This record gives sequence, structure tokens and C-alpha cells, in this order.
Amino acid sequence: MFDTTLSLTDVIFLAKGAGITILVTAISVVIGTVLGILFGIIRVQLGAVLAAPLTFFLDIFRSVPLLIQLVLANAFMGMVLQLQLSGFFVACMVLSLYTAAYCAEIVRGGIDAVPKTTRRAARSLGMSWGQDMRHIVLPLATRVALPSWIGLALGVMKDSALVYVVQVTELLKSTQILITRLQEPLFLLLICGAFYFIISFPLARFGGYLEKRWSND
Amino acid sequence: MIEIQNVRKSFGQLEVLKGIDLNVAKGEVVTVIGGSGSGKSTLLTCINGLEPIDSGKIIVDGTEVHAKSTDLNKLRQKIGIVFQQWNAFPHLTVLENVTLAPRKVLGMSKADAEAIAEKQLKHVGLGDKLSTHPTRLSGGQQQRMAIARALAMSPDYMLFDEVTSALDPQLVGEVLETLKMLAEEGMTMILVTHEMSFARDVSDRVAFFHQGIMAEIGAPEQIFGDPQHEETQKFLASVR
Repeated sequence: MFDTTLSLTDVIFLAKGAGITILVTAISVVIGTVLGILFGIIRVQLGAVLAAPLTFFLDIFRSVPLLIQLVLANAFMGMVLQLQLSGFFVACMVLSLYTAAYCAEIVRGGIDAVPKTTRRAARSLGMSWGQDMRHIVLPLATRVALPSWIGLALGVMKDSALVYVVQVTELLKSTQILITRLQEPLFLLLICGAFYFIISFPLARFGGYLEKRWSND
Repeated sequence: MIEIQNVRKSFGQLEVLKGIDLNVAKGEVVTVIGGSGSGKSTLLTCINGLEPIDSGKIIVDGTEVHAKSTDLNKLRQKIGIVFQQWNAFPHLTVLENVTLAPRKVLGMSKADAEAIAEKQLKHVGLGDKLSTHPTRLSGGQQQRMAIARALAMSPDYMLFDEVTSALDPQLVGEVLETLKMLAEEGMTMILVTHEMSFARDVSDRVAFFHQGIMAEIGAPEQIFGDPQHEETQKFLASVR
């Protein structure tokens, strides 16, 4: 079926694209998660009314299509702020905030799921707010939030395909370049899809493993 | 010594404590009985500062609980409390549940904390459950673990808020036995309970609460044998 002209150099080119996809995703998910935890805690602590400005800010990142965010952020950084930033930097920045916006909601849900009475018991033992957060609330919230967080991370990985609009040649863009040259779209997309699967699968499995382990506790 | 002076407390429009006065001396066991909504559980959570009060004073060993300058985290180290819901930390083993506060709050080494935790868990009859997760324990075992967890902080006072109310009837006895043992060891305790015969057995004094007021307090023989207040008589007739 596939009598291909794909060379080893082309496969390496695709692998490099996959590397960029992994890198953009990893950076964004790490920064986005740290920010998301911070924003999530702030939201819970301040309550809905006081946290409204933050919630509104995060809602923007959840509501506007990522493609538009990337284009506008790139234009804003370059034309308004006159900053010479690489596309890669802008991609990571936007994707991090995008991740943080979703992650904050997941964290808030996780924290809310920890029973007030459990927190009360921790405080009654003399634990400070921070000790309660660190040793009781966040570990318990993590268990609740993990499946959604895995879903988010996998989603961000696939959404990262959009960063081509700020001139970052990640996996999908690399595939398109090869398609233009080799004119074998189905075969190349099959390979590209396989790359995505290989990247996602370990994370999905790892999440499943953690869930199973925790449910055995 | 715990001194409760004219304490008032409202939740919104509802005044749940309407001027409570009560002193509990070191080594004393005071049980608080009364219908639901009489304010007895609220009083306990006010004593260790989990709930603010509207007026009055609660003084524990000379420290005013609700004063702005009071370090509540420090004060709570000497006032253990066990709730109706045992509130196990489900992500930790039984041993870790008990060692967490001594390690993080008192700054004990792991070995020291474990030694104390093991001693307290054996004391409440859970010496063989150290590495089990609390979700695998019965309600009565979890409640005894919660008691050991509070005791591991070496508190001077223990507060028990209806600790048997959420348990299956056949598990109530084991928890009451544990409480009785603590009382006999001389622990200062304030217990809110619906177990009347238990209250009669362990208490030095029994207080009857009715609609936010301490209607009557006295020796168990007097409260159960010859209650003076009309509401006490009604209440005791209804629970017998």
C-alpha cells in the first residue's frame, strides 16, 4: 500500500519535531501546573467574590481559542512591547497560562473535595494552615484531581500543534512540511499520529497506575 | 484549668450559647448532656479556638483562647479534641496518622514520634494495625486511632464531641472502654455524650445543656438521681 520515498533523514526530521512537541508540552505543563496550584489555592482562600478578577483573567485563557491567543500574544510582544522574543518562548508562555487556567479549576475542585472536618482535625492537632495544606489538603486533593490533570496534560500536548502559528516547527508542522514535499499525506499522518501516541501513552498509563495504587490504600 | 466565663456565640440569627459559665479543674471529668441544638458541641469547638466566640472569655491555664495575641497552634497542642466523625487522614497509614502532628508540630524525630505513636496505639488496642490504612479499619477502630492521634501530642486536656454517635451500636462499647480507661488514668476531660450510663459512671460532674444555657450541673448521682431543673427531668425521662 505504501511505496514510500521517506528517507532516514526525514524520519529524523520528524523526530526532531516530536522533540519540540515534548519540550513545549513539558515546559508548559510544569509551569502551568505550578501556577495553576498557586491560582487554585488563591481562589479557594479568597472565595468567589474576592478572587473574581483572577477568575476573570483565567476565564479569558479558557474561553478564547488557543490559536488566537498565540497570534495575538506574539503580535503584542513584538509590536506593542517591542520585545524580540523567539516563537518558542511565546509558545511556552501562552501555553503555560492556558494550562494554568484549566489547572486552577482542577486544583480548586480537588481542594474543595477535601472534607472540612478532616482539615478541622488537622488544625485541632496544632497544625498551621501551611502544614495542613502541605500534609493533608494537597495530598488528598491530588488524588481527586489527578485524572483531570492527566487529561489536561494530554490535551495540552495535542493543542501544542497550534504553536506553528508562531513559527515553531513541532511535530505536526514537520509532518506538513514533509507532506508538501513527498505528497504522501496519509502515510505521513499515520506516522505522525504514531509519534503522538508514543508520547501520550506512558503518561496515560502512569496516571492509571497511580490511581490504582492510591485506590488500594 | 479551663475557665469558661459568660460565653456567648451565635451562628447568624441563632444564638447557640447564651452565656455559659463553667470551670473544669485539672484531673476532672465533666460530661455535657442535652438535646441536639443545645450548644454543647459548639462549646467544645470554642474551647480550642476552632470557633470564634461573640463575647465572654475562655481561659486555658491562664491563656485567653480568643485573645488576638494567642498562638492558637501552640495552645491546641495541649488541648486534644476527638470528633463525632473520626476524620482519619486516609492517605496515611495508622502509624503515620498518629506521628504526623508530633513530627511536624512538635518537631520530634521520626523515631521518637513512632515510639510515642506505637505506645498510644497499643494503649487503645491498635498495636497490630500500625501499617494498615485507616480505610481498612472499622469505625470503632478509626475512632480509637483518632483518640491515639490526639493523645500522641501529650495534651493536658481532652475534649470528646459525641465520639460514639456515628458508630454502629456494637462498636460503641470498645470506644467507651477506651474513654473510661483515660478517665481512670486522671486525664482532664470534657465529654459531650448521649451515653447516659457511661456519663453516670465516669463523670465527676455532669452538666445539662438546654437551648444554649447550662440549666444544671452537679454530681452524676444528683443529676441522674434527683434532677432539679424541669428540662433536665424531661430530657432524662425522654432518653431512658
